[in-house]
Amino acid sequence: MSVNYASLRFEYERAPDHDAPASSPYPVAIVGAGPVGLATAIDLAQQGVRTVLLDNDDTVSSGSRAICFAKRTLEIFDRLGCGDRMIEKGVSWNVGKVFLQDELVYTFNLLPETGHSRPAFINLQQYYVEGFLAERAMQLEPLQLRWKSNVTGVTQHEDHVELQVETPDGAYPLKARYVVAADGSRSAMRKLLGLDSHGRTFKDRFLIADVKMKAPFPTERWFWFDPPFHRNQSVLLHRQPDNVWRIDFQLGWDADPVAEKEPERVIPRVKALLGEDAEFELEWVSVYTFSCLRMDDFRHGRIIFAGDSAHGVSPFGARGANSGVQDADNLAWKLKLVVNGDAPHTLLETYASEREYAADENILNSTRATDFITPKSAVSRLFRDATLNLARDCAFARRMANSGRLSVPAVLRDSTLNTPDKEGDAFNCAMIPGAPCVDAPVRVDDRDAWLLPQTHGSAFTGIYFCGLGHGPEVCAQSLAALSNGRLPVHALVVVPRGMMCTVPGVTVVEDVEGMVAHRFDARPGTFYLLRPDQHVCARWRAFDAASVTAAVKRATCNG
Amino acid sequence: MMNRMKLNLELNIADHDAFYERLIDTHNGLSDEASHMLNAKLVLLLANHIGDNEVLKEALAMARQGLAAN
Repeated sequence: MSVNYASLRFEYERAPDHDAPASSPYPVAIVGAGPVGLATAIDLAQQGVRTVLLDNDDTVSSGSRAICFAKRTLEIFDRLGCGDRMIEKGVSWNVGKVFLQDELVYTFNLLPETGHSRPAFINLQQYYVEGFLAERAMQLEPLQLRWKSNVTGVTQHEDHVELQVETPDGAYPLKARYVVAADGSRSAMRKLLGLDSHGRTFKDRFLIADVKMKAPFPTERWFWFDPPFHRNQSVLLHRQPDNVWRIDFQLGWDADPVAEKEPERVIPRVKALLGEDAEFELEWVSVYTFSCLRMDDFRHGRIIFAGDSAHGVSPFGARGANSGVQDADNLAWKLKLVVNGDAPHTLLETYASEREYAADENILNSTRATDFITPKSAVSRLFRDATLNLARDCAFARRMANSGRLSVPAVLRDSTLNTPDKEGDAFNCAMIPGAPCVDAPVRVDDRDAWLLPQTHGSAFTGIYFCGLGHGPEVCAQSLAALSNGRLPVHALVVVPRGMMCTVPGVTVVEDVEGMVAHRFDARPGTFYLLRPDQHVCARWRAFDAASVTAAVKRATCNG
Repeated sequence: MMNRMKLNLELNIADHDAFYERLIDTHNGLSDEASHMLNAKLVLLLANHIGDNEVLKEALAMARQGLAAN
């Protein structure tokens, strides 16, 4: 039986807390079951943290909304146990095209190299993403999903937070040691705490139309500046599953947001693009404006903000939902260590600093794209048009033309959790401390596999590189011993193609195409330490157990 | 501002009078609007050719000097 995800409804159940207050606070409560709240909840529950997820209604998001899910997000979904479903349903793409009027001026490929499990992007209606995440969440025993549970009050205490939760059965108080506020751009939690976001609101309006039709366009991102079918404005076209196409029309600030949603206004705009005889149905229509803003601090005592509640970006670059899922990725392992008493509270401060840094990067990129797409002065428009004009003939101008700089994960190069490279340890690759680990094809137990899924997922991973005639024997015991103790490190041994070895208690991966060694600029003996969120936090040319232990302490604020 | 600048403020074009003439002639017959477009394209072309962000920053600041925002 197939599920209609667009109209998915979740079952409200009376919470046990109505009848008897819980004897002790829950370790974590999460407010908001969008992609960010669900990802955080799954991550925590997979790591054994008892979690309550509250959402004020019982439905999934309507329409395509976030639509573009980036490679890094898909890798996180893999870790959360639902990446394959997203990929199977989603439309994968790597190529974008930029048109000026009716002329192609620029084509870009966001993933120009092979050897990655996941594409640069998939397009997938947000309701599928939420549906798949919710189904994954329901499989996890330590996680309680509570629908139609609206938070109307919040009080912070010394050692817990008390939420007032309103349900169809009345209100009850819920105590949690930490609360994650993932309740979206109009965050009720932010309002209850009297907190603000600061930034810029852009004076422009955009129409989104989800259109169901059979169309010959390729599976690429197409962006038009000033097309003949929508003069003086921009248009963005994306393919989605189920023969649904997403079209974003720039309307200008003077457009009437209510009237523009009427089918008699929308249909002619779509026909101008597709042709008078095109047959299509409108699935969903929305008119939006947007802001680039963020909260000054993503953490307020025991309440932590994640996703759109903490930061907002313009849609050009798909940096909203994608950065929110990365917030979840960054937060879950830290919260787990803190609630389990394996790291001090200050570790959560690094969630705030790392993700505030990432938010600034996303805001900067999306602000610049917005200023290019919707110039706000005559001279800004002049330089925009001059750039596009030159783009036909000049390579540099094609690169300057900005139709959105698409989401890539932030490299947390200045994080205090990183251990700087040792003097004399020279590396020449992108895998610097703070970078998210790159994927590569490998073989494990004589089967084709990928590197990223071999990392631990809820603990630190150490990657040790061998070479021909340079086996792991010398340090096999100390590699295996890293997995003992309160802050375990699970070792992976990378061997070159054709080299056989087994190390008790350690996964051996064969670097069949040499891509792992290449992407990590590894030599025999090189060792990389990855955090549970797969970000590199230290690396050495030679393995030394004591240095690894010190780096783990530093990365957990235990140092 | 008196720090040593990377931007060359000394004359650097061999036949400068000829260049100046060519600059003006390039705009011949253009409307004001088209001239503005030409200038904008020229700025982008030259900026890309220079490439050095320090030099560009100094040039932008120098060009802005004495012009008050209204």
